[in-house]
Amino acid sequence: MGQAKDKKSGTVMVVGGGIAGVQAALDLTELGYYVYLVEKSAAIGGAMAQLDKTFPTNDCSL
Amino acid sequence: MRPRYIDADKCTACGLCTKYCPRHLVDQYNEGLAVTRPIHIDYAQAVPATYFIDPEACLYLKHGTCQICVCTCQSKAIDFSQKAEEKELQIGAVIMAPGFGRVPDATLAKYSYGSHPDVMTSLEFERLLCASGPFEGEVKCLSDRRHPKRIAFIQCVGSRDLGCNNGYCSSVCCMYAIKEAMVAKEHDPELEITIYYMDMRTQGKGFDAAQKKAEAMGIRFVRARVADVMPWDKNLKLTYSTLDGTHSFEPYDIVVLSVGLDAPADAKNLGEIAGFALNDYDFCKTETFAPLLTTKPGVFVAGAFQGPKDIPESVTQSSAAAGLAAGLIAKDRGKALVHKTYPKEQKTGKDEEVRIGVFVCHCGINISSVVDVASVEQYTEGMEGVVYHAQSLYSCSQDAQEVLKAKIKEHNLNRVVIAACSPRTHEPLFQETLKDAGLNRCLFEMVNIRDHCSWVHANEPAAATQKSKDLVRMGIAKARHIQPLPEQTVPVTNKALILGGGVAGLTAALTIADQGFHSYVIEKEEKLGGHLQHLSYTLQGEKVSTVLSELTDKVKKNKLIEVLTSTEMTLVNGFVGNFSSVLTTTKGKKATETTIDHGVIIIATGGREHRPEVVLGNPVKYSETVVTQRELEQRLAGKGKSLAPKSVVMVQCAGSRGDDLNYCSKVCCNHAVKNALKIKSLDPASQVVVLYRDMRTYGFAEDAYREAREKGVVFIPYTMDSKPVFKSSGKKMSVTFQDPILRDEVTMTPEVLALSVGIVSEGTDDLSKLLKIPVNEDKFFLEAHVKLRPVELPVSGVYVCGLAHSPKPVEEIIVQAQAAAAKASIPLCKGFVSVEPTISCVDKEACIGCGLCESLCPYQSIRIIKDENGKRKAETITASCKGCGICASHCPVFAISMGGYTDEQINAQITAFGAQ
Repeated sequence: MGQAKDKKSGTVMVVGGGIAGVQAALDLTELGYYVYLVEKSAAIGGAMAQLDKTFPTNDCSL
Repeated sequence: MRPRYIDADKCTACGLCTKYCPRHLVDQYNEGLAVTRPIHIDYAQAVPATYFIDPEACLYLKHGTCQICVCTCQSKAIDFSQKAEEKELQIGAVIMAPGFGRVPDATLAKYSYGSHPDVMTSLEFERLLCASGPFEGEVKCLSDRRHPKRIAFIQCVGSRDLGCNNGYCSSVCCMYAIKEAMVAKEHDPELEITIYYMDMRTQGKGFDAAQKKAEAMGIRFVRARVADVMPWDKNLKLTYSTLDGTHSFEPYDIVVLSVGLDAPADAKNLGEIAGFALNDYDFCKTETFAPLLTTKPGVFVAGAFQGPKDIPESVTQSSAAAGLAAGLIAKDRGKALVHKTYPKEQKTGKDEEVRIGVFVCHCGINISSVVDVASVEQYTEGMEGVVYHAQSLYSCSQDAQEVLKAKIKEHNLNRVVIAACSPRTHEPLFQETLKDAGLNRCLFEMVNIRDHCSWVHANEPAAATQKSKDLVRMGIAKARHIQPLPEQTVPVTNKALILGGGVAGLTAALTIADQGFHSYVIEKEEKLGGHLQHLSYTLQGEKVSTVLSELTDKVKKNKLIEVLTSTEMTLVNGFVGNFSSVLTTTKGKKATETTIDHGVIIIATGGREHRPEVVLGNPVKYSETVVTQRELEQRLAGKGKSLAPKSVVMVQCAGSRGDDLNYCSKVCCNHAVKNALKIKSLDPASQVVVLYRDMRTYGFAEDAYREAREKGVVFIPYTMDSKPVFKSSGKKMSVTFQDPILRDEVTMTPEVLALSVGIVSEGTDDLSKLLKIPVNEDKFFLEAHVKLRPVELPVSGVYVCGLAHSPKPVEEIIVQAQAAAAKASIPLCKGFVSVEPTISCVDKEACIGCGLCESLCPYQSIRIIKDENGKRKAETITASCKGCGICASHCPVFAISMGGYTDEQINAQITAFGAQ
C-alpha cells in the first residue's frame, strides 16, 4: 500500500473489513479511487471467514 | 493503528513462533472452543498473512519477560518496538460496513447456555463442523467428547424477541440452521436433527428448494416455541409448546441456539463519530427509497449494519455503496490512484536458447521437515536447459523476490521454475517479480511440492522427496516449451444499454450518469415506471407516486440518459466493451429500427404479477370481491369514505411455494401486512384474517407484523395438508379453513377475498436466447456466482437487477440496480478490458469449422465466422474468454490451443513423468 498522491481527491474510506467492506473496497479501486480499508482486528474477512460453508450451495466459505 | 509487533514485510507466516510461544490463549476465531497462543494468526488463509501478538496476553508486553519468539523467528520479523499510530486522512466519501454484533449472553442463559457445555450458539456449532475447527470437523459433545445422536436447533434466539429489545427478524438464521443441519447430517447420516421454529423464513432465491432438500434428508421441522432447556442426566431436556397449546419435552445431546444478528456493539460510537443517525435497534437509519444513504451526506452504509442480511445481499449492497460513493466524487476519479510501472519486457524469441532457473523452497519447515530439499535441488543439476538452481528458506518473502530478480539478471534466465506451495495463492506474486525483472509473466512454472508432497505424504519422507523430484522434472520439461504470451487489452465503447424503464432501470441509469457515462434506457411500454405505477404507499408509509415522479423527472432531465419508450431490443451482436444492438420502436403500426453501439448491458426487464386461475386447488375468478393484494391496495388508496371492506380474508402463497410456482415470491407477506394495517387505520372495526404458511416479514418488517397483530389482525397458519377451501356464495366467496387453536373448522364469508399472488418472470426466455444467458428452472436469470457475483451474468459485460433476477421488494431492487450500475461502470471507467494471457487460440489452418466449440463454450467466447475465402472458422473472443479450456479439449482436430497449457507443453510433462 502506497500513499495517495493527492490526499483529498479521489479517496474513500471503508470502515469494516468483512465481506461487505472488502467488496466495496475492491469495486472502488476498480472504479478508479484510492481506498483506505479500516479493520479493527488483525485480519480482514469478518464473520464470513468463520463459516464452514455457505447456504444454499454449500460452497466453502474461505 | 494498533501494532502487530511483527514486521509484515519480513513475516512469512511459517508458524514457528506459535509453536514455541509458551502461553495459552482462548481462540476467539474458533469461538472460544480451542486454544491458541498470544502470537498467532487466526487461520491459514488470513489476509494479511502476517502473524500478530495479542498485547493483553503476551508475557513480554505484559511482564517484560520471555521473548522466546524473537529467537525462534528465522526471518527476524518480531518487532516489540512498534507503537500505536494515529493517522489523519482526508477523504472524499465514507462507506460504513462494520457488520453485526452479538446477542448478549443473558438472552441465551434461559436455554442453559453458559451453564451446560452442550448448549452452544450456531457460530460455535459452525466451528465444530469446520475442518479447521477445534475437532477437525468431527461433531462431538463438548461435555464428554461423545458423538451426539440427537441435535436440536432453536430458532429466533435474540430475534423477534422484545425481551432483549430485538423486535426485528435477523433474516439469516433459518437458512444457516438448515445449512448446519444438512452439513451435520452429511458428517453422520444417523443423526436425528430437529429444528424448532416459528416461521421458516427461507425467502431468498433458491432457498425454499434447499429447505425441501433438508426435509428429504430427514431433518425434522417443528413449529413450536421452546420454553427452556435443562440438564437431564447426561442429556439436555428441551421443553416446547406447539400452536395447539400442548407442552412436550424431548432429550437431546446438543442444543444449538440460532442466535440472531445484533447491532454492532460500537454502533452508537460510530454514529457519533461520523455523525449519522441510528434506528430504534441501533442499526443504521435509512429510507426505503434511499437504502444506502445515512443521514449524513457523503457517508454510505452497506452490509449487516444497514439491517440484518445474508452474504449475497451484503455483497450487492457493497457494490452499490461503492457506486454511490464513486458517483459523489466522480470528478476526482483516478486522481489518487497509484500506478505501478514495470521495466520494458525483454524479447524472448522461439529460437532463443532456453535458460531455466530452478528455485526449491523450504517453506520454513513446512516442506523441508519432510522433503529433502537439498537433494531435490541437486537433482536438477545438468537437466536440459537448467542453468541455475538454488534453495530458499521462504521463496515468497520480500528479500527472496529481490534475490530472484538479481539471479534472473545475473544468469540471464528466461524461464523460472519455483518448487514451493500452491500456485493458487502464490503464482501472482512470482509473476509480479518476473515482470519487475523484465520477463513476460507467463515464462513461469510453479511446482507444488508442499500440498502435493510434504503435506499429503508427511509420514513418508523418502517417497515425498522422490515425488518432489518427479514433479520438478515434469515442471522443467514443461518450462522448456513455455512461450511468452501477450498482455492484451480491448477498447470499450463507454455507453450502457439498460433494458427496462422500471425503478430498477431508472435507478441504474442515474447511477451510471453519476459516474459521467451515457446510457440508453429502453422501455417496451409507453410510460416509464413499471410496477411502481400500480403501488400507492410503502410499508413505512412513503407515498410511491411522489417518489416515482421525482425519479422519472430526474432521468428525463439528465443529459446523459436517452430514454426510448415503446422500444424493445431485437438483435444484439458483439461482446463486452463492444456491443452493437438493434432497437425496434413501435408507434402505432409503424416500427422503426435504430442501431446503437454500447459497452455494457444491464437487464432490468422486471417481472409481472402472477394471476393463477387455481389457488390451492380452488378455481378462482377475479372480481370485485376476489382481488389480488395489488388491487386491494389500489382500492384502499382511492378516495371516498367506505374504502375499507368490513371483512377481509387474505390468503398467502396463492400460487407460490409449490402451489403452481415453486418459489417464494418474497414480497407478498409484507404486502398483506401493509394492506391489513391500512384497513385497520381506515376502519379499526374491520375484521382482517390472514391465512398463511410462514409469515416472512423478515428484517425490520417484523415490526409491522407485530403491529398488525396488536391492532387485531388475525393470523392463522395453514399447511399444504389442510388447505383453505373456497366456495362461491352469491357474489361473494366463502372460505373454510382449519383453526389450529380452536382445533376446529371455521367458515367465513368475507366482503373481500384478497389473494397474495406472487411474481413471475417476464420475457426472460426470449432475452436468454438473444443474449445466450442461462435462466434457472423458475425462468429467472442465473447470476455468475450466487454469493460473490450476484449482479453479474456469466457473459462478460452483461448485468442483471430487479425482478428479472428474482422476486424482491423495492428497497432491494434499488440496491441491486445501483450495484449492477456500479459493476457495469467498471469497464466504462477503465476504457478497456484486460485480457488474461491464458486464453484459447484457434489455428485457422487446422480448423474445420464444425462449431462444436461455439456450442460448448459456457461464456459465449468463441464463435464461428466466415474467413476471407468464405470458409467457416472458429474465432476466440479474447475480451471475454476465461481460459477454461473446454473448447481446446473438445476440438476434434486439435486446432485450439490454450495459452500456457499447449498440447506440446502437456505432452512434454507427461513424457518427463515416464522418463524417471
